[in-house]
Amino acid sequence: MTELLSIVFAPGFFTSEPVRTAAVIGAAAAIVSGVVGVFTVIRGQSFAGHSLADVSSAGGAAAFLLGINPLLGFLGMSVLAATSMELVRVDRASERDLVTGIVTGAGLGLAALLFYLDVTTSSTTGATVTVMFGSMFAIPASIVPLALIVGIGALAAVGMLYRPLLLCSLDPDLAAVQGVPVRLIGLLHLIVVALAVALAAITVGAVLSTGLLIGPAAIALHLARRPGLAVLTAAAIGVAATWGGILIAYDSYEWTGGHGWPVSFCIVALIFVAYVVIAQARPTRVRPVLGTARTGVASAG
Amino acid sequence: MLARGEILAVRQASVSLSGRSILKDIDFALEMGEFCGLIGSNGSGKTTLLRTILGFVAPSSGSVSFDGGSKSASVGYVPQKFSLDPYMPIRARDLVALGLDGNRLGLPLPSRGRWQKVDEMLEAVEATPFADQRIGSLSGGQQQRVLIAHALVRRPRLLLLDEPLANLDMRSVAGIVALLRRLSREFQITVLLSAHDMNPLLSVMDRVVYLAHGRAASGTTDAVVRTDVLSQLYGYHIDVVRVHGRVLVVAAEAEGDALAAIERDPVHVAQIP
Repeated sequence: MTELLSIVFAPGFFTSEPVRTAAVIGAAAAIVSGVVGVFTVIRGQSFAGHSLADVSSAGGAAAFLLGINPLLGFLGMSVLAATSMELVRVDRASERDLVTGIVTGAGLGLAALLFYLDVTTSSTTGATVTVMFGSMFAIPASIVPLALIVGIGALAAVGMLYRPLLLCSLDPDLAAVQGVPVRLIGLLHLIVVALAVALAAITVGAVLSTGLLIGPAAIALHLARRPGLAVLTAAAIGVAATWGGILIAYDSYEWTGGHGWPVSFCIVALIFVAYVVIAQARPTRVRPVLGTARTGVASAG
Repeated sequence: MLARGEILAVRQASVSLSGRSILKDIDFALEMGEFCGLIGSNGSGKTTLLRTILGFVAPSSGSVSFDGGSKSASVGYVPQKFSLDPYMPIRARDLVALGLDGNRLGLPLPSRGRWQKVDEMLEAVEATPFADQRIGSLSGGQQQRVLIAHALVRRPRLLLLDEPLANLDMRSVAGIVALLRRLSREFQITVLLSAHDMNPLLSVMDRVVYLAHGRAASGTTDAVVRTDVLSQLYGYHIDVVRVHGRVLVVAAEAEGDALAAIERDPVHVAQIP
């Protein structure tokens, strides 16, 4: 028994300071991402979520350049992008995609410049990999307090907005009839997404934070029947994948001869496998889609 | 602006969207408890008129007056397009609960009173058997019932429905019409419902507001759905034919504007037996 445990949990796992920091920040990021992600997926704003993740990498690069807390960099850039995306008034869904795409392009361009400056000033490419793909065992413990404050703030905001946000996500007109300020709720939602993405960027990296935002939420939507349960399920799946990923990455030092695999890879791989398994086990009914398509052909002919 | 007994008055209202005139000098009023059909072909401005009454669109001239305290509490609305993927974790009862307090901040605390109101409303629209199913997995008629429950759970005095009968099979249409008639009496609400085909509503309408080319004629069905009134409204000769208890609105000459109108509006053609 002890032998089996020592195989699953390689020596030093529970006493390692970096592992503990990674587990705490990782869980905070996973909970916030899972909770917020459910609304993002219901609203069909996965692309916007991914865009904020991409743009936040410019903030991470800037923080490295300035030598400040990277979380501040991610936060500043993702919140700025979220605000600018929501403040552009659009009438059609396709325009929303367009604005999102343009903001993403501009943000990634800025990231390219800042990463270049990082390399030329410090003559290392480490920053790029850390910002984009995360480096969980290298997170300084000094980030923890700020990360927890951001996480609690984001969760409190979702708790406050829960009902109006859900109603807006289902149908903006129904919300407006009840006097809900639909545009304000949309802006606040995207700012909370920005907070979630910044937290996740610290852990799994800016680019992979989408995986933590969308994956657990998408799995939870397949499993839960009611909205509150979906939110809790997504958070639980996110935490399980994060801790599982940390464990696999830690153990991987044993079988890779001391190099180890990136934690972020292990986390998103677990989420991906879980999604494929769940989606296979509970195939979404495609009949309505096929029916619509057939009617379309018939009326066209 | 409202006369005694009136709950809604639209006075000389004109609406333009992006510079295009959609509604011109619309003038009608609804009395308390009336069941009114807003009839017109696709593109005649039905949705815009409903959105103007809801306050989503401001009239460029004229006015909309509503009696019933604050608008948010007293108007129920069933939108035309409501679609949710089958895997969205929203049960029928969740949507009805959001009709009750979806504008409130904070998490919904477990409350017996809240769910009791929701259960009563689900019962009233005969949605209890599928109350715990995901909305996206329900049939069109079932979804309409849930949306009506969502709109009525706050007990508004006016209920607006945008094409609630579109895309339903004939049995569901009859079911929804009968339900609305019963609810309007039970809860003493005024109903304004848009439709492109007036036939399913003939037996229940107290009043019809007929829209054509952005103009409206209002009154009882017998007073409005007549050859002379509709010809004047359309601006060319229209025949109103009554066959087997159904009303057919047929353009006499299929050329020019009239042809265009018929092509825009397949319903009028499709009704010819």
